[in-house]
Amino acid sequence: MMERNTMQPLARFEKLYSNDRHLWRLIFLIIVWMIFIAITRFSRFYSLLNFQTMAAQFPEFGLMSLGVMLCMITGGIDLSVVGIANLTSILMAYLLIQMTNASGMIPAYAIPLVFVLAVGIGAALGIFNGILVSKFHIPPILATMGSGELFTGICLALTKGNAVSKFSRTYARTINNRIFDLIPVQLVIFIVMAILIWFLLSRTVFGTKLYMLGTSATAAKFSGLKTDRLLIKTYMLSGVCAALGGMIMLANYNSARADYGTVYTLQCVLIVVLGGVNPVGGKGKISGVVLAIILLRMLETGLNRFPTISSYYISLIWGGVLILIMVLNYFTENTPRFRKKIAR
Amino acid sequence: MEMKTQTLLKKLSRRNEPYIFLVLLALCLLIEVRSGQFFSSNNLVDIASALIVPGLFAIGAFMVIVSGGIDVSFPALASLSVYATTKYLLDTNYQGGVWVAIVIALAIGAVLGAFNGLFIGYFKLPALIVTLGSSSVFKGIMQGALNSKQLTTIPVGMREWGTSSLFIAKNPVSGLTSRMPVASLAFVIVLALVFLMLRYTMFGRGIYAIGGSEASAHRAGFGVVKTKFIMYIMVGMIASLAGVIRVCMMQQAHPTNMLGMEMNIIAGVVLGGTAITGGRGTLLGCMLGTLLIVIVENSLILLGVPTSWKSVFTGALIIIGTGVSAYQVIRMNSTRKIKAKIQEVV
Repeated sequence: MMERNTMQPLARFEKLYSNDRHLWRLIFLIIVWMIFIAITRFSRFYSLLNFQTMAAQFPEFGLMSLGVMLCMITGGIDLSVVGIANLTSILMAYLLIQMTNASGMIPAYAIPLVFVLAVGIGAALGIFNGILVSKFHIPPILATMGSGELFTGICLALTKGNAVSKFSRTYARTINNRIFDLIPVQLVIFIVMAILIWFLLSRTVFGTKLYMLGTSATAAKFSGLKTDRLLIKTYMLSGVCAALGGMIMLANYNSARADYGTVYTLQCVLIVVLGGVNPVGGKGKISGVVLAIILLRMLETGLNRFPTISSYYISLIWGGVLILIMVLNYFTENTPRFRKKIAR
Repeated sequence: MEMKTQTLLKKLSRRNEPYIFLVLLALCLLIEVRSGQFFSSNNLVDIASALIVPGLFAIGAFMVIVSGGIDVSFPALASLSVYATTKYLLDTNYQGGVWVAIVIALAIGAVLGAFNGLFIGYFKLPALIVTLGSSSVFKGIMQGALNSKQLTTIPVGMREWGTSSLFIAKNPVSGLTSRMPVASLAFVIVLALVFLMLRYTMFGRGIYAIGGSEASAHRAGFGVVKTKFIMYIMVGMIASLAGVIRVCMMQQAHPTNMLGMEMNIIAGVVLGGTAITGGRGTLLGCMLGTLLIVIVENSLILLGVPTSWKSVFTGALIIIGTGVSAYQVIRMNSTRKIKAKIQEVV
């Protein structure tokens, strides 16, 4: 097929490819997987309902991954996303219980109010992380690990480990709605947040500063960036993303609990790295992370269509894909920083 | 003489161990005052035996952190190797002693550790990412390929080793008894070996050197890749030993109940003053930090704190502990700057 084309588009394609090898590799993997599923399990995978279900499922960890991505671009990490999500959803569940009247209904303003409050709580918890990282100079991995444990602990202390439910079903029903009977509300929330972050990263000074901070914190400081405020803002955004993820979990499970989504902590890191974000900082695009989210959701859902294969193989495949992609990067790019350092 | 003690005090105040020791002492005294049960013989033995498994994990995590890496895969690694071992011995209906189990588990642990070491050492990939990936792979192999279920019976050799005790402590007031498992000897031996290795061998000093600065260690002639590779093999073996001890002590093999321990273990190591950036830290501090976490996890109930508050305390402990040591670094740097300025002026 390629030979029939003229040379020019091929060269252009090559340029496009080499600019963004990582992205193309993810797209390639998605296409291969889709073709494989099309051959083996076409009717069970390619239905509107299946895609709608997937689109309703991935935003909960997708949103958290976006937050982790922001932190990782600055060279940090956020391991407290699940703690923030659960704490927010538990507090909001209590609020919803308070607002639910005897006939099981909630007032019309309840859902917007709950979302606004959730964003506020997420931002506050994120600022807490940001202060620990910037003002107290605690390494991000420890600060967020500790705060994540603390938030989960508060959840446990509040709920004694039980699920909080028995609030009006209207909430879950509203979020599980489909706009025009087609697009799940969860997906809309995710897209809005993704576009907002894309805009921040690529079209604003804030984004440029973020990449600069991640590339070299010292250089950023000496060029006059207010690194402390920048970090606090980053972790605040991550907190907001996590809180929204928690609100979607609240709708998807129709209850809140301290140990919901505990696997998401490491899963988010996995997704972000898979999406091509350098854990050292300074590199990474939101398009890669979104592709990684989609790839993982498709892998998992696709694998579920094979009842003979234990669903536990998913974690094997995830780990395998993660290491495979990292090794591929090693061979193609071959410029991790410390290698340069040693060579010098 | 006074000068000497003064400099000694100054030196001590810059290290983390005295602080963590004081916190530990304060917590113990608080629990003793509130419950009067802390320093009873059986409680002390209970805590010592609760320290064995986290302690072994902490030794491995400590080595990795000192080398400038981080390992989140050791619970999955230990679970996989001990599950495979137990399952194999049960299937072959093995009736002999515990040694075979330990040897098999150590061998599997070495292979799995080499898997980590290969990617971290030879491919120079970030340790956090590799161990995240490998813990996922290990879990997948255990739950998918081996189709793991809870094993309620374990081979007779492991069962006997798990129940045998060095001595039994009896509380004269409550009449409760606690036994010190023989496995604690394994912990002490590993601790001593690793201590000697880190202190007196070229390999051990190499781990510190790599953590301080990989480039400098390379220049100084340390084989960075090889040291890392061998170190991850050792960490895999130590983690597997911890896994075997845990299964023997619990008298059953549960595939998933070790998972999720990694964060608390790393927290303990860092609380003990090990720099997360690598190159600094002592095994003594690491053990004190782990002990603090173990006591918080096990003894809050003696304080009258409901167990649902456990995570709040652990989380606060991590934040405060790491905050204090991070603050110390800032203070040290600023005093250095002031001294340099004074010298400039003079």
